[in-house]
Amino acid sequence: MNIASSGLRLLSCTAALALSLSAAAQAKDPNAEFEKFRAEMEESNPAELFEIKGEELWKARRGPKNVSLAESCDLGQGMGKVEAAYVKMPRYFADADAVMDAERRIVWCMVEKQGFKFDDIAKKPFQGGNDNNAPEITNLVTYVASGSRNMKFDIPLGDPKVRDAFETGKATAAYRAGPYDFSCNTCHGVDGKRIRMQNLPNLATPEGAIKGVQGWPGYRMTGGVMLTSQWRMNDCFRQQRFPEPKYASQAVTNLLTYMSGNSNGQIYKGPGIKR
Amino acid sequence: MNTTRRTVLKGATASGVLAGLIAAGALRPTLVLAADWNKAAFEAKDTAGALKGIGATAASESKDLMLKVPDIAENGAVVPVDVVSNIPNTSSISILVEKNPQPLCAQFDFANGAVADVSARLKMGQTSLVKAVAKADGKFYTAQKEVKVTVGGCGG
Amino acid sequence: MADPMKIRAQLKGDVTEIRVLMGHAMETGQRKDAAGATVPAHFIQSMTVDVGGKRVVDGQIGTSVSRNPVFGFKMKGAKVGDKVVVSWVDNKGDKRSDEAVVA
Repeated sequence: MNIASSGLRLLSCTAALALSLSAAAQAKDPNAEFEKFRAEMEESNPAELFEIKGEELWKARRGPKNVSLAESCDLGQGMGKVEAAYVKMPRYFADADAVMDAERRIVWCMVEKQGFKFDDIAKKPFQGGNDNNAPEITNLVTYVASGSRNMKFDIPLGDPKVRDAFETGKATAAYRAGPYDFSCNTCHGVDGKRIRMQNLPNLATPEGAIKGVQGWPGYRMTGGVMLTSQWRMNDCFRQQRFPEPKYASQAVTNLLTYMSGNSNGQIYKGPGIKR
Repeated sequence: MNTTRRTVLKGATASGVLAGLIAAGALRPTLVLAADWNKAAFEAKDTAGALKGIGATAASESKDLMLKVPDIAENGAVVPVDVVSNIPNTSSISILVEKNPQPLCAQFDFANGAVADVSARLKMGQTSLVKAVAKADGKFYTAQKEVKVTVGGCGG
Repeated sequence: MADPMKIRAQLKGDVTEIRVLMGHAMETGQRKDAAGATVPAHFIQSMTVDVGGKRVVDGQIGTSVSRNPVFGFKMKGAKVGDKVVVSWVDNKGDKRSDEAVVA
């Protein structure tokens, strides 16, 4: 996202806040109305189109080393196995000596196994508004996430390295800074908050945490783009007026470990559809 | 309805030529259809022009034509719409958004067992009436509902 | 090259439900890019659904249909195993055709 458009978005956010308060007062319960149609939207979700492309990419021999991820990338469930991998990440990977979320892990595999350059992937890691195609990495994450559809989150918090990432993520969520002196928890650490028409989940609770990770990667109706949890976290930083993290940063993995860990036991529905 | 739109609209001469091309393998049927796109109706800037374009200027309201849309849409870029016609012999359904720059969104002709029941997702630039038009036995019927378009939160 | 579609056709009682996801930008021709230039219109104009070799739906589409279009249709008289072919053509002449079978 460029500076000009985020500036515009900030303006529109503020202006619409006042408007929607009166609109909300008139309508009975807009959220109930949204929910009514959300099931229908999920039933035919364009995210599936990105899944198809991701599966092709996963299975294709690619990169300077001409190997497929299916034959070279271990997501923690065995070589090339996608099933149940997404709901068990972030996890610790000994070969990389790091705790990684799904996107970070796939990027690591693309670099280490296939021979792609990290900087090339990081040049444009997210689909911009109205870009016709999502980056390959987004399609891959979407495919991997689809392999965990209707499975329970099961982040291995018993692993000391994962626990460490969880605790750091928890502290990051509480860290107040920036021109507004905001933390993640300013909006997402208590019950009953709302931005315009959208209710905000409390990420400290299992019910709230699952709402934070559910539906990502997600097909965003605005702009018709496919976006990942990595993008979502970066955008949170942007909205707090923090500097945005570098692509696939450890800080984002830590936050995802905190949120996904708090979601343990809750069912992940697969790639979603977002407003 | 056993005839396709192609033969109805183009008449005997044109369809004869096209049928010849299809038989020769020069054109696939879908390519022929693209040429049939109702430019006048789809490029009409107002509802009256669009209705005229599809020949539905004298449509009457019907309770047997069901239009399911949200009262309030979470995102104007993707508004789900579902149209069901219980009017016997419904051969086509069209959908319009009155305040869009080009109100006509789609027209579906049915044949060979198709039920007059279609769902789609539409862009809406602003709060507007959404209109469904059904054609049955040469007559046109209509139903409409307002959809409020909101601006949502920032993140999703 | 145009992206593949996702087609689902399911027989429920005597009615077959057909749902189609299409990958297409559906540009209206009214949007401006970051540089202020108008993005030319690029949208699907025609789509058809054939089941068991017979044309069931013959659709015309305008720019108001959402990006990455989703359509749902219903029909009677189809059987499990019948071939479903969905095709589209856009205003630039790009086209795509995909198949599924009634399940």
